[in-house]
Parts: sequence; C-alpha cells; structure tokens
Amino acid sequence: MLRLPPIRIEAPDTLQDAAQLLSNGNTRLVAGGTDLWPNMKRRHQQADTVVSLMSIPELDVIDNGKTNTRIGATATLADVIRDDEVRRRFPAFAKAVASISSPPLRNMGTIGGNLCVDTRCTYYNQTEEWRRSIDYCLKEEGQICWVATKSPRCWAHTASDSAPILCALDARVTLVSSTGERELPLKDMYVDDGIDYLAKRADEILTELTIPAASDDSQCRSAFWKLRRRGSIDFSTMSVAVAVWTDDSDVVTRATMYLGAVGAAPMPVAEVDAVLVGNKISKDRIAEIAHVAHQIARPMDNTDFTASWRGKMTEQYVTAALREIAGMPPLHMQPRHRLRVI
Amino acid sequence: MVKVYSVPPDERPGETASELRIVGKPFRRVDGRAKVTGQTRFADDLQFPRMVHIKLVRSTVAHARIRNIDLSAALAMDGIVGTLVGEELPNSFGIMPVSEDEYALAIDTVRFVGDPLAAIAAVSEDIAHAAALAVIVEYEPLATIASVAEALTTPEPQIHEYADEGNIHKKVSLKFGDVEGGFEEADLILEDDFFYEGSNHLALEQHSSLAVAEDDDRVTVYSSTQCPHYVHRALSKTLDIPASRIRVIACSNGGGFGGKSDPFNHEIIVAKMALKLGRPAKITLTREEVFYCHRGRHPVQMHLKTGFRKDGTMTSQHLQTTLDGGAFGSYGVASTFYTGALQTTTYKLPHYWFEGARAFTNKPPCGPKRGHGTPQPRFAYEVQLDKAAHELGIDPADLRLRNLVEADTITANWLQIGTIGLKECIDAVVKGSGWKEHYGRLPEGRGLGIACSAYMTGAGLPIYWNHMPQSGVQIKLDRSGNVAVFCGETELGQGSDSILTAVVAEVLGIGLKDIRLCVGDTDLTPVDLGSYSSRVTLMVGQAAKQAAEKARDKIAEAVSEHMEVAMESLVFADGQVFPAHEPKQRIGFNEAVVIAESRFGTLGTTGSYIPPRAPGRFRGSGVGPSPTYSYSAAVLAVRVDPETGVYDIDRVWIAHDIGRALNPVLALGQIEGSVYMGLGEAMMEEQAFRRLPKRLSSALVHKMPSMLEYKSLGFHDMPEMTCYLIETDDVRGPYGAKEAGQGPLLPIMPALSNAIFDAVGVRVDQVPIHPELVLKGLQAKRQGREARVGPEKFPDINYGEPLIVHTPGQGGDGRAANDPKASRKGVRSASGTMKDRDEALKEHSSATLTTD
Ligand SMILES: Cc1cc2nc3c(=O)[nH]c(=O)nc-3n(C[C@H](O)[C@H](O)[C@H](O)COP(=O)(O)OP(=O)(O)OC[C@H]3O[C@@H](n4cnc5c(N)ncnc54)[C@H](O)[C@@H]3O)c2cc1C
Ligand code: SF4
Repeated sequence: MLRLPPIRIEAPDTLQDAAQLLSNGNTRLVAGGTDLWPNMKRRHQQADTVVSLMSIPELDVIDNGKTNTRIGATATLADVIRDDEVRRRFPAFAKAVASISSPPLRNMGTIGGNLCVDTRCTYYNQTEEWRRSIDYCLKEEGQICWVATKSPRCWAHTASDSAPILCALDARVTLVSSTGERELPLKDMYVDDGIDYLAKRADEILTELTIPAASDDSQCRSAFWKLRRRGSIDFSTMSVAVAVWTDDSDVVTRATMYLGAVGAAPMPVAEVDAVLVGNKISKDRIAEIAHVAHQIARPMDNTDFTASWRGKMTEQYVTAALREIAGMPPLHMQPRHRLRVI
Repeated sequence: MVKVYSVPPDERPGETASELRIVGKPFRRVDGRAKVTGQTRFADDLQFPRMVHIKLVRSTVAHARIRNIDLSAALAMDGIVGTLVGEELPNSFGIMPVSEDEYALAIDTVRFVGDPLAAIAAVSEDIAHAAALAVIVEYEPLATIASVAEALTTPEPQIHEYADEGNIHKKVSLKFGDVEGGFEEADLILEDDFFYEGSNHLALEQHSSLAVAEDDDRVTVYSSTQCPHYVHRALSKTLDIPASRIRVIACSNGGGFGGKSDPFNHEIIVAKMALKLGRPAKITLTREEVFYCHRGRHPVQMHLKTGFRKDGTMTSQHLQTTLDGGAFGSYGVASTFYTGALQTTTYKLPHYWFEGARAFTNKPPCGPKRGHGTPQPRFAYEVQLDKAAHELGIDPADLRLRNLVEADTITANWLQIGTIGLKECIDAVVKGSGWKEHYGRLPEGRGLGIACSAYMTGAGLPIYWNHMPQSGVQIKLDRSGNVAVFCGETELGQGSDSILTAVVAEVLGIGLKDIRLCVGDTDLTPVDLGSYSSRVTLMVGQAAKQAAEKARDKIAEAVSEHMEVAMESLVFADGQVFPAHEPKQRIGFNEAVVIAESRFGTLGTTGSYIPPRAPGRFRGSGVGPSPTYSYSAAVLAVRVDPETGVYDIDRVWIAHDIGRALNPVLALGQIEGSVYMGLGEAMMEEQAFRRLPKRLSSALVHKMPSMLEYKSLGFHDMPEMTCYLIETDDVRGPYGAKEAGQGPLLPIMPALSNAIFDAVGVRVDQVPIHPELVLKGLQAKRQGREARVGPEKFPDINYGEPLIVHTPGQGGDGRAANDPKASRKGVRSASGTMKDRDEALKEHSSATLTTD
C-alpha cells in the first residue's frame, strides 16, 4: 500500500481550537480526507500536523431555513443528497453532488472539502517516485509546466463538481480564522491559477455554505451536465452548470453559467446573461451561448479525453443544459451523458 | 439479465448425461463461502512473527546505466533491517528459456521507469517506504525507445544484446501453402492496417509475496501467483539453491488474467531477504507497481491482406504483425507466435502467411493477458470480414457460416481441430439479437455488429521443453472416508478448485464436502504447470479423473471380492457403493474404503495428463496446438451519437462452445467476465505512456498508473447481456469439456467496431474505440473523405526468409520444406497416456520446440 508519512493528528471539538491550531506551523485541515490523504500519500501535499474538523459537532448541520439554505462544511456529500429539502429546492446542485466519485467516497467526503478540493493534473496526481521521473512540475517542486512547457503558470483544472453549480446559484461561504470571520460569494473564493486556486487563506476554515432562497427551484431553473468516461467514480473532464431566472411569461430576467474542469477555477460564461435577459430561450440563443462557452473553455491535456474533444463537448453540453432548462427535448440521443436524476 | 442455456441441463444429449450427479450441475463453488465471508487468506493477509516489510527502489529513468546507488540516508533511518542490490542476485531468470533476461534487481542497466534496482527491509511498511524514497541513485541516461517504429530506427543502444536484430527481439515468418497462388484466385482482395492498444490485467488483488526461511537454507515462499511451478524454478536458479529446498505455496489469487504467470522480481527478493536476515519478509505491491510488473496485452499493429471469392470463401491470407514488447522478454516470444497462430482455427484458409516481430522498448514488459496474443489479430480479421461482407453484398453472419472450419480437420498451419460448435454459436446470437430483421436496417445511429473467435483449451506444449506430465493429481484415501486430493493447480477465482473437486466427487460418488483439497504447494502437490492458457479444466480435469478412476477401481476390486459380486457391476453414488442390480446391498463409501485399505494397505493413486501430439513438425509449430479449441460468437447492439461520437452499448449476445459446462454457473461467470474485460479493451483501456519533449527531458513514463485514471469499465457501465452455452462434447476433455475463461473475450472488440459501422458508417480500425475517434470518422465522412480511423501505414520491416511449410491440403507432412535446422521426429504420444509417452521416448527422438 502507499503509506502516509508520519504526521501529528489533532481533532479539536471547537471551531476556535481548530482555528488556533491552524494558525501555526506547517498545518493542514482535513475533513473527509478523500482528497487530502491520497495527496499526502503521494507526497504532493505535506504537513507536520493535520487538524481534523470532524469532531466539531455544529459543523455538519444542514438547515433549510425559511429563506436561505445553510449547509455546514462537514456535512458529507451523502448527507447532502439524502436531504429531501436540498433535493427539492436545488435539484441541479443535488445532481452535481450525486455525481461525485462513488457511494463509499460520498459517505466520507464533505461538502466543505469538495469546495476546497485541490486542482488536478495527470502530471501532478502521481506518486513521489513518478513525479521524480519527470523532474516534478511547477505546481510542486519543479521548474516546468509539462502541460504547456512555455507557460509561467500552472493549468491544473478545478476538480470540484459542486463548485460550478453553487457559483451559478449565487452561493456564499463563511470563512473563519483565529483572527476573524468573513463571508464572500463562492465565485470569489476561486482564482484561475492551478497552484493558488483559492482566495481563502491557509489559516481560514470554511465553516458554512449558504444558498439563497432566490435560487430555489420555484424561482430559478438550473441544470448540471458532467462529462466523464464512466457512470461513476470519475472526476469531471468538463462540466456545465447553469441557472436561469425568468418572469411569468418565460422571459429570462437573469442567467448565470459556469464551466467546470476546463480552467483552474470554475469559468464564468458571463455572456449568458447578456444573450438571454429579456428573451425567451431559443435555439439560436442557445447556439450563440454554446459558441461563446467553447471559446471560454480552456481544456488542457491534463485529464482524461483529448483536450480538443472536451472543447467541442463544451458546446454540446452547454446546448444540452440550456435545452433542459427550456424544457426542450434533447437534440440527439444522449447516451450515458445524462446523469441519473435523483 | 437473461441467461439462456442452449439446452436445458437435464435435457442434454450424451449417454452419460443422466448418470452425472455433479458434473453439469450448478453446484456452489467450493471456495465460495470462504471468499464471501472473508475467510480466504490471500498472500497479503499472512503475518509471521518478526516479519519485515520490503519496499523496492525502482528506477525513475527509462533507460540508463546505474552509476551509483547511495543507500546511506536510508540505512541511517531507525527500523531499517536490511537491503539488497542487484549484485547479490547475479543469476538471470525469465519465464521462457529462450529469454531469461531479467534480474531480480537491475545490475548495471535500468530499462524502464519502474525497473527495481534495490530493496529495503524495515520493521514496518511505513519505514520501508520512507527509506526507499531516501535512496539516491545516480544514472547515466541512454537513448530511450518508446515504440516499434523507434526500435526499428534505433538499433543502438540495444536494450538487450540477445535480440534477433538491433532492438527487434524476435522475428518470425511462416508460410503455409501457395499464398500468392491463393491471391490470384481471389475476386476481391482486402488490405487493411489495424492497431490494438496494450492494456493491463487490472486484477483487483495487487501482487503480494512472503517468504519464511528455515535454519538450513530452506525457504518457503507464499505468493499470489498463477504458476507456482515456474516460480519454483526461477527461485532455484536465482537463489542458487536446489529446488528441493524451496517450497512455493500459491495463495488464493484475487484475479490473475495472465498478470501473475511470470516469476517476478519481488518473489525472488522476499526469498533472498528472508534467507539473508533469517526473518520472514513480505512485500505487497502498490497499484502503480502492478502497472510496472505489467505483462499485459502487447500493443500490436497489423497489416492484413485476405483474398475472397465472390461467394465469400477465402483463398489466401497474409498477416503481418508488430508487437511493442516492453523492456523484457517475458512470454513475448510465444506472444509473437500467438499473434498469428490461431487465425486458421475458425474459417477455412487454404493458404496462410504469417509474419510477426516483437520489439524491445523502454516500457514495462508485455506478456500474456486473457487471450494471449490472439485478440489483436482476431480484431483485425473479424473487422476485415465485415468489410468483405459489405463489399461482396453478403450478410456478415452468412459470410462466416460459409467459411466454417470443420470438426476433426487439420488447418493450413497444422492445428488439429476438435469439435466445433461455431455454427450453433452464430445461429444462437443471430436468433437472439434479431439479426436477420435488424442488421443494416436500424435507424441512423443504431447498429448491430457480429464477430466470432476461437481459443485454445490449454497450450499443447509446456513452457520449457520436458517429457513429463503437464498436470498431475494425487489422491489419498483412508478409513475416515475423507478423500484428500493433491494438485499443483492454482485458484484465481476462475473456479479451478471447484472443477477439480467435482471431477473427483463425480467419479467416487461422494459429496464435494467429503474432499479435502491441497493445491498449489510445490512441496506437497504434484506438478501442474499453472493456471494459464485455459488449460486447467481440461488438463487437471483429465488427471483428476484418471486418479479418481484408479481409486474407484481399487475400492471396487476389494468390495467386489468382499460382496462376491462382479467388479463392473458396482456403482459409486451418493456416498454409497452398491451392485447396480441390487441397490439394497449398499455399503457406505467409508466402509468401502476400510475394505480396500484392509485388502491393499495404505491407499493412494495418481493421475497425469499430457496433451496429444500435434501434427505440426516445423520450427514454431509448438505455439498454437491445443487438445481442442473453444468457439464463440457475439453480437453487440450500439447507439452512437452522431454529434459527439459518444456511443453506448445497449446489449450483448454471446454464445460459447464450451464442449460441456462442468458447472454452468461457473461457465457463465467466465463468459460474463470475458465480455466485461473485452468491453474494457474495446472501449477505453490503455496502458499508455508519456514522453516529455526531448529537448527538455528524457522522461518516458506510464501515463496514469492508478486505478482511477487507467480507465476500465465499472459494473455501472455493463450493458445487458445474454449468454448461450453451446455444448459439443469433445472426447479430449473431461466429460467433454473445453475452455471458457478466455475465448469469449475475443469477439467483443471487433463486434463493437462492426456495430459502430452499422450504426454510422464509420470504420474504426483500432481499439480502444474512444468517442473522439468515432467523431473523427464522422467528420471525415461528412467532408467526403474515407470514413475510417486507424493507423495510416505499417512500419517498414524485413521479416526475413519465410519458413515454407506445405499444408495438409497440399499433401505436406507438417515439416518445413526449407529448414536447415529441421527437427527430427517428435516424441509427443498420440493418445497422451503415460505408456504411449514412454514408448515414444524410447525412440530417443528430440522434439519440435515451442520456440527457439
Ligand atoms: C476516486 C476519487 C474520485 C473522486 N471523484 C470526484 C468527483 O467526481 N467530483 C469531485 O468533485 N470530487 C471527487 N473526488 C474528490 C473528493 O472525494 C471530493 O471532492 C470530496 O468532497 C472532498 O471532501 P473531503 O471532505 O474528503 O476533503 P478532504 O480531503 O478532507 O479535504 C480536501 C481539501 O480541502 C481542505 N478542506 C477540507 N475541509 C475544509 C474546510 N472546511 N475549510 C477549509 N479547507 C478545507 C483540506 O485541507 C484539503 O486540502 C474524488 C476523489 C477520489 C479519491
Ligand atoms: S498544469 Fe503544469 S504545472 Fe500544473 S500540475 Fe500540470 S504540469 Fe504541473
């Protein structure tokens, strides 16, 4: 088996203690560990001390209040999709969470961990020995990005499946550190850089996620499409998350769209708003947005499938997601693309 | 899932069918309960007091001379108990006697990323791992070779000096009959290039071995291996200890599929470390290391030329293959022959020319994976037949039916065919899938594809030349009524333990639970060559049957004297022995054993099996012969999205001629597993590599040595499947049985390619069939170019002078017409009994070698 290096584990039972522990030395947080442990076994993430959030009782609460829905950071992915209200109010979010990895991993993995999950690249998610044989890369210890050898930056892709849809639904997150607390729109937590992919400071704990009532299914129609090779386990190689608000006569009043896994951060397709607002969703408008999305997507050769095909598929999936929202039947037979509706 | 038997079990033909109580019934597998409840002890479950853990230091450079190995930082760590480097194990090894090119630890040269060069033993796995990372190795890099094309253009530096030529390990050219004349008779000649990507076995259990040394240079090695006997031989050679002092115990395997049939570095290293330290030593590989052990499917490029008459019959075929072998020989010489050997076993081919070459490359060694060397040319052949059917306007199923090989004939390349149920297989899947109504008539985007195949039921010859049985079984009986069965076979999950038990229970008329098995232990069990080449059911089954029949006869003799009835009248059934005409006069089986033990003393019998002698006498004729061949036919239904190339397999129909299913449930499990694995190769599996830009790096690495990123089907992705068991009782197999473990994989890949053509008119001449490729083909079609994706050209390669062999049809005698090194008469006995073999041996003749 791959082994973990020797580490010190702390499992505080208050948030304050956790924040305190996190503020000193080479320390990292762990929640479900489904991302951190494999990364530490492969030695591309290191820490002397790992602070677990799983013993803090109030951190895993899911609260479907009258207005906003609040989900504690350590609620597991399985908890999220088992919650009837979450499923009813935010079906595309629930669908995205249900698409994450596999049932055993969803029982361990948390929503907070998913939002903070490391960016991925097939030159990086490898063992220490393997990375030695390519002399490492920019993201960890090396000098060159092997995906784009002349590039000064890292192109590792965002891996979180809940992030694009939560950004589209205007979710906010609360970050707590030993020095204070702040709330920010989730979309502002991501940075389009494979290495420093979070605007969250290392000493900050994501404690809570808030999805506004305005994004509830009764007011907002949303869709999530995920491209992967197999029906389970696989990370996205490209995903599309869309939310559309309309008036009573189906005229769009607001629209948001984010692409997953084709950039270091969820990539906003801002044009969706300009193209759709004041109009009903039509074939032509869908085609226009799909075309723009294809330009925005920056798939690199660092995950499954060829980059160019993933680019083409962006166009297809944007079309499919918007047609789903507009209630149009799928254009083509869509084998296996469609995720199970939960 | 629907499962249909061709014939319901109790209505099967054959004179013995009604008398059989266990054979042919879906009895519960003997190891099932232990496996389901977690009681089975796999190698990694074993623990011994004072055991040390080993970690291998593996090369991080693809091809280099080793300048220095600095172990000092590792040795300075607390808990390090010992180390090993290459010089301490100077004897080379390798599964094939002609390519013993491996060292337990690299001595001067490393040949691929992952090649082990040092071993560290520590009191815990954590420490061993940390210490292995602390070892500093200095390399002097050498040019790397990543493909067959590069091997051809880069003869120097040689990866191995013994190669046939430069970095071409092995070249073969075998010409049967008048190939050119055959092409002249053809109305249609098709020439196509194909590529079949390499893949790993991906057995769930990672390799694990543990060695325990005893005081006087004796050592016991427990290992996850398919072939304890070959491990035994390799250990003796590399450790320089007589085999009599080495004991190899094959643990239950969590899957093998060919990936555990070589002797491996880590097996030698645990033994050496245990002897060196006087402490038990254990290693369990990581998944990444399993990808480095590899021995999986060779990437093969093929050029196939076949002549057809208007009526669809074939006149001649010329097949050229190149195999990307990786850094070592492994089974590669046999694999090379196998890319040509079985082309003749399904359809009549009067003239046939096979040329094959295997290259050394700086990648993990390829070897045998389910279907060993034959799925690649089978893919090429079956796709080309589909093209021919299309060109000739003949239904692809009919085209195949028109060409079927006949039972009990000899092929152009001198293979003896046994029973053949391929017609029944085709009929079953054609009927089941509604082929006649739907093929070619489904709406755009939906399609059906058909393909067939054949596979060996055990290789006719052992890996190393010898005159001994390929399988042996011993039975010990005593007054307790317990019957102990000893056999060198190994259980991989395929059900071999159950088959062995069933055969003995059937003959002795006792229950499965009255039998104690002792298997895969080189100290205690007679040699069986191992679980490979689909040989176990037939060979172990025959040896077991022989041993059991001897035991039964011994008991019958004593009981007949005791009861004063004729021996022949005694029946063994339901744990009783009784005269057929007087069932009331029954005695219990253990009472019968008491009578026999009283009469003859201690009871024990043996059985052995040697395959019948194959008719071929030319060099290279050793690869391909088998006691008999199994046959399969499959139809796949697909839906293809014309906008994206994404496709979905709706359903699979597969029929398999198994001879006789000794246990239909186990047989269906093998067929379903084959389809599953076949779909993985057809759709996505790739042992792919990355080479970094040469101006920046000399790296050549496995692209994704992890179970997540190496894509293989999950059960989520399995389509619905209908299996048909076709029974054609073959006298060469026990109770008529042939194989089921490998053959049903073979038609899946071509059937998928053919189905995609039916759906969208795109030819995909390579596997795996990624959606990107289908889309590329669709785009080409739309732009009016050839709607085909696949390799564009075949490497320029000189295979050398062919060995000319006249076919049976030409009145040949099985020998080469132009071979100066021609062998004399073979020693294989025609019937395969020990007596015949002895007589054959008396003639003091040498034999046709497997390979040379
Ligand atoms: C085989 C496999 C398949 C997977 N497939 C998918 C997939 O399809 N889609 C997908 O999105 N993910 C996938 N994952 C990744 C992972 O399982 C999920 O993202 C999971 O939700 C991570 O949650 P966790 O609690 O296990 O995170 P952890 O591993 O505990 O943490 C992940 C990272 O976030 C940090 N962190 C955790 N919690 C907090 C917090 N509250 N505040 C601040 N930082 C925090 C940790 O320090 C760490 O860096 C897969 C993982 C595996 C091993
Ligand atoms: S994108 Fe480049 S720098 Fe980033 S992980 Fe991949 S290879 Fe390394």
